Amino acid sequence: MSQPLQPNPAHPDETDRLMGRRNFLRSAAAFAGLGALAASLSPLRELSDYSSIDEFMQKYYKEMTPDDMARAIKRIEGEVQRQYGIRPHVRDLRPMDGVEFVYCLNLTRCIGCRKCVHACVAENNQSRNPEIQYIRVLKLPHGSMDVDKADHLYNPPAVPEKGYFYMPVQCQQCHNPPCVKVCPVHATWQEKDGITVIDYDWCIGCRYCEAACPYWARRFNFTKPDIPKERLNPNMAYLGNRPRKQGVMEKCHFCIQRTRVGRYPACLEVCPVGARKFGNILDPESEVSYILREKRIFIQLKEEMGTNPRFFYYFEK
Amino acid sequence: MIRATRDYLTFLWRCGRIAFVGDWRYYAWMGALTVFCLLGLHAYCIQFVHGLIVTGMSDEVSWGVYIANFTFLVGVAAAAVMMVIPVYIYDNEELHDLVIFGELLAVAAIIMCLAFVTVDLGRPDRFWHLIPGLGQLNFPRSMLSWDVIVLNGYLLLNVHICGYLLYCRYQDRKPSKWFYIPFVFIAIFWAVSIHTVTAFLYVGLGGRPFWNSSIVGPRFLASAFSAGPAIIILALQVIRRVTKYHITNKALLTLRSIVQVSMIINVFLLINEIFKEFYSGNLHVASSRYLFLGLDGHHALVPWIWTAITFNLVSMFLLILPLSRSLKWLDLACALCIVGIWIEKGMGLVIPGFIPTPLGALIEYTPTMNETLVCLGIWAFGLLCYTIFLRMSVPILQGTLSKSNEHLPEPDSGAEPVAARAPH
Repeated sequence: MSQPLQPNPAHPDETDRLMGRRNFLRSAAAFAGLGALAASLSPLRELSDYSSIDEFMQKYYKEMTPDDMARAIKRIEGEVQRQYGIRPHVRDLRPMDGVEFVYCLNLTRCIGCRKCVHACVAENNQSRNPEIQYIRVLKLPHGSMDVDKADHLYNPPAVPEKGYFYMPVQCQQCHNPPCVKVCPVHATWQEKDGITVIDYDWCIGCRYCEAACPYWARRFNFTKPDIPKERLNPNMAYLGNRPRKQGVMEKCHFCIQRTRVGRYPACLEVCPVGARKFGNILDPESEVSYILREKRIFIQLKEEMGTNPRFFYYFEK
Repeated sequence: MIRATRDYLTFLWRCGRIAFVGDWRYYAWMGALTVFCLLGLHAYCIQFVHGLIVTGMSDEVSWGVYIANFTFLVGVAAAAVMMVIPVYIYDNEELHDLVIFGELLAVAAIIMCLAFVTVDLGRPDRFWHLIPGLGQLNFPRSMLSWDVIVLNGYLLLNVHICGYLLYCRYQDRKPSKWFYIPFVFIAIFWAVSIHTVTAFLYVGLGGRPFWNSSIVGPRFLASAFSAGPAIIILALQVIRRVTKYHITNKALLTLRSIVQVSMIINVFLLINEIFKEFYSGNLHVASSRYLFLGLDGHHALVPWIWTAITFNLVSMFLLILPLSRSLKWLDLACALCIVGIWIEKGMGLVIPGFIPTPLGALIEYTPTMNETLVCLGIWAFGLLCYTIFLRMSVPILQGTLSKSNEHLPEPDSGAEPVAARAPH
């Protein structure tokens, strides 16, 4: 290879010709390379509203000043309006003093109708395509709490079916949440009122929390969420149901946009059999305090994990 | 000072230049790798625009081949240390110069690791949230933050050690021990730490019984210390064939005994794991059952894991037998070992952890074409980097690229400039 390309002083024309050919080949290779590079990058042309400079530069939730927050909310409202044609009402709702939320679910009553699943999707602006659901209802055979025996995709003409019971599972709002521990950037944390929240603008989408959660409660936006305009819920909370972006985690947050202003979560309101109870455990008069005080049996799912959930299952006619 | 900077820049410039020069085999190899890199880049751009939906991953199996390859390559990077220990602790002269090739492999492997985690991120634009000071690195609670630190630290350590030693050789002066020996010893501990931390990434998850087992860490190290040196053996064989660089059989056989011992330990630990999972028969065995036997009609990984186990066993027997003192058999044993461990430490470790889900759903995972192209692209990029590193370091170690010939015309062809010019 090298031999014929060596400059040969005896034939200067030959040398020029070879040098010229080599330069030509080099330029041709460089052009071909650049062309191939451009072709490789071509899918990026379809990139639209991926992230704005403001979103890119936005500070971490806990480090934002009230001014930063006001700006962020304005940006989000503007984005939602552009995308959905509706001016939303986004609020940064903080935990209330003297409140710690607890959920109790009566397994004897639950009939597995999945109304909670769909009410949750509608309330919390989850993507409809692909549909993201925070609540998964397990159909279990009588006499077993082994989730490996669960049927996730049951679809009979009518529920409940004889010989089975139904166990809805959503974020258990643990006292000791593994998802918070593993997050490499503090994008998820537990608030004073017991709700584990996510800063959707801070999450890097590594999905380590999803691997860590023993309740399979976390969901990832594998693509840009798709919500029909007319289905958008304009009553939004910053750490709650504001629309998410592609590539970030989300999960049940006990309907922050409702519960932090004294309303019940959507899944509770829709339940036709009253299986769901929600309230402030620090208030001895609350329904949940009564349940945990008076019921003989209530359990935490996978208690042996040491996660200590704020979500209790109990049994009563 | 200015002079030193200028010298160093000249060194970098000449190293950079030589990377673009070689014989036709070199151009063909680099051209092929570049094509794969660009295919991978194209696939990644598609993923960047449309999201991770273009992969086979789901909420059920939320990590796939990206993290599988990442896990394997951390092991490869860590294994460079298995050449460093004999040289610096036991003064093994045979391996002395070869350490550089091992450490350069570590650098290339870490580059691939970082690429694999980056393509796995849902929001790669927010990587700066990981930078301490600027972002919010959850150190020391999150094992992933440990991984960020140890991997980048290991990259810097190895870049420093190789860069320093090569630059000294280029200038034809003796390296000052204070500038690299302490780093070499730090790197030894660091190598163990990168793989242990990566194992802890999985081990620390209480909700995943398949990973939540103390044997995962030791198995990581054992498999890494067999697959890593095996890759180095094959790389050295290639270097020996395509360059004039002299590598003794004895050096290769020293590495063979490392692979041999590690492989025996690896297989022993595998037996331990299988026994514990299946004999006790408790309910946490579902993932292992899925991996080794299949579960409820789902058995995508079964042929893979048995291939891996077969390869590992054949490789172990070959390595134990005197047969593998012949380099042909050694190559075969190494190749089997690499493929076996790649399957076992990659897909065989990551995927079953997700199947069944913590709520008992059985959803399988198959990588998509796009995902596979991204992986091939990263592998090609890693090989490209390693080839360039070797292209620069071999002439430096041989003395054909040095400060003393700075003013001579650049040799323009291939690995044997001196030989090629001899007839003139």
